[in-house]
Amino acid sequence: MELKDKLVSSFLAFENTIDVDSSVHDIRSEAIKRFEMQGFPSKKEEAWKYTSLKNVLKHDYSIFPKEGNAIEFKDVKKYFIHDIDTYKIVFIDGMYSSHLSETTHDKIDVCLMSSALTNDKYKAVIDNYFNKVAKEDGLTSLNTAFSKEGAYIHISKNQLADKPIQILHFSTGSEAAQMLQPRNLIVVDENSHVQIIERHQSLTNNPVLTNSVTEIFADKRAIVDYYKIQNDNENASLIDNTYIEQQGQSIVSVHTFAFGGNITRNNLNFYQKGEGIDSILNGITIIEEKQHVDHYTLVHHTEPNCESHQDYKGIFDEKATGVFNGKIIVNKEAQKTNAFQSNNNILLSDKATINSKPQLEIFADDVKCSHGCTIGQLDDSALFYMRARGIGEKEAKALLMYAFANNVLESVKIPQLKSRINKLIATKLNVDIGFDL
Amino acid sequence: MLEIKDIHASVEGKEILKGLNLKVNAGEVHAIMGPNGAGKSTLASVIAGKEDYEVTQGNILLEGEDIEELAIEERAHKGIFLSFQYPVEIPGVSVTNFMKTAINETRKAKGLEEMPAKDMLKMIREKSELLEIDRKFLSRSLNEGFSGGEKKRNEIFQMAMLEPKLAILDETDSGLDIDALRIVANGVNKLKTKENAVIVITHYQRLLDYIVPDFVHVLHNGKIVKSGTKELALELEEKGYDWIKEEVKG
Repeated sequence: MELKDKLVSSFLAFENTIDVDSSVHDIRSEAIKRFEMQGFPSKKEEAWKYTSLKNVLKHDYSIFPKEGNAIEFKDVKKYFIHDIDTYKIVFIDGMYSSHLSETTHDKIDVCLMSSALTNDKYKAVIDNYFNKVAKEDGLTSLNTAFSKEGAYIHISKNQLADKPIQILHFSTGSEAAQMLQPRNLIVVDENSHVQIIERHQSLTNNPVLTNSVTEIFADKRAIVDYYKIQNDNENASLIDNTYIEQQGQSIVSVHTFAFGGNITRNNLNFYQKGEGIDSILNGITIIEEKQHVDHYTLVHHTEPNCESHQDYKGIFDEKATGVFNGKIIVNKEAQKTNAFQSNNNILLSDKATINSKPQLEIFADDVKCSHGCTIGQLDDSALFYMRARGIGEKEAKALLMYAFANNVLESVKIPQLKSRINKLIATKLNVDIGFDL
Repeated sequence: MLEIKDIHASVEGKEILKGLNLKVNAGEVHAIMGPNGAGKSTLASVIAGKEDYEVTQGNILLEGEDIEELAIEERAHKGIFLSFQYPVEIPGVSVTNFMKTAINETRKAKGLEEMPAKDMLKMIREKSELLEIDRKFLSRSLNEGFSGGEKKRNEIFQMAMLEPKLAILDETDSGLDIDALRIVANGVNKLKTKENAVIVITHYQRLLDYIVPDFVHVLHNGKIVKSGTKELALELEEKGYDWIKEEVKG
């Protein structure tokens, strides 16, 4: 059976596991209809021109979370940022792991979507925010239809989350092939601040397809820093759909570190709904072999005096392929918008590819918008210079690549995370450089 | 120290060095002068091992060892240092971090442990004082936005840090005002010992007032056509290169 048919026909079975008499379930029922109509995207769609899901969709995925698989912390410790105190929301094969998690209800709510969707205490927030900013495309609708579990984070007014929050999804490979659809809701009220680190990690080489949806609401003057670490196994594919709605003077940054996996697609959408907003989208992509990473970003400026800053760096080796599609819309009312976008790429091999496409739709006349894209190789004269000072070729190349990605790395605000990313890059480049840039 | 025997080298099929011979002993300073296009910078690049240049004939011996097969960095590890005519800008890598990496890579190649951070800092402090380099300067990206003089001072600072056996200074005087020239020359002179050697490549005599050579060679059309002592440099300054060209023809 085709995956689409399997999913649609499984919806009835899914309904047996949940409360169908809720307003959320009406949303799910609508969503499955949309998915049935739209299905998965194909390369015929402009937005999916360079990313084909064909090979990813052919596996016979088990589509429900798998209960009963435990993992020892020591076996997965390396995937955590473990040298600082954090809240943790951990899932194993789509099921919550209380053993590995550390949640809280003290002033802030860091807990589970499954509780939030069923517990009356959270009803007001769910009614206000659930599925309110997510789009109605096929993949998002599919996730909405099966939405049951994920991270629920609510930082109420004037609160500073006292430590970063890690969201981790492990897949144990107990199934021959597994599809996961986590659903996260993050609501940050006025004047509040939170830092979140998210990672999807497959522990075997069995195929995994994750279709994740995250909705983030940043109210007035809220600050949200979101870090995505994507360094998965060769048969793990990720479609990340993130939707962010910002109110006046809020600052939201999303860093995406894409270092591995099979196919990774990041649909990152920012919707500005007030004045004086700043949206920051940063990314470092370093991939090789046949890996594929597609960053598909949207920033929608609707009000005056807002900013957006996009800085994506990509390094592609062997037969790796990258896509950057950055869309910026500036409404007629959004005067004095400053929107910047830059996408710089290095191709290390003749067979590596990057498709980079800025899309600017500007309807206001008093704005500053700039975009720039570069594609190049490592500078030979710089390599000669460094080698002439005794730095080996491999290390010299690595140093140049570090330097290339450095300004994005510099903007990571959690030092331990920054040093972890540094190490990941060093491992990736197979070098041991004795300092943190 | 260095012995170059009948070296022929070409770039993109064009022969630039056409049978060049040169012998440099430890403790000596040699100046190589010559008109534009004579092959001076090519000689520097060939000794350093730049891969764009193909050595078609001849040998380069460093302390008796043929270095022809050695990679650029391996030559650096053996003590060859090239001060670039145009130092390359490397945004995102600070002078300090670059130096730490260069020194530790060289130590690693020699089977030594990394230099302890404390010693490294001490060395950086001493050597930067020698070149009158401001400490703030060391945390800036390497060569990025440096003035001509700053770049050259930084080259000699790196030379001081790496303590090479053979330093080749390629047009180190170009783009320097007189004060910077003095600082750079002073730095080179202080680093000079009986155990190391310096090759100064220059178009003009000016630098040789400060770094006094034991021997002066004139490079023309890919060969050394005349050698002498420092008086030869003065003669070239006065008379230009045309008489050499004539002499070669004759």
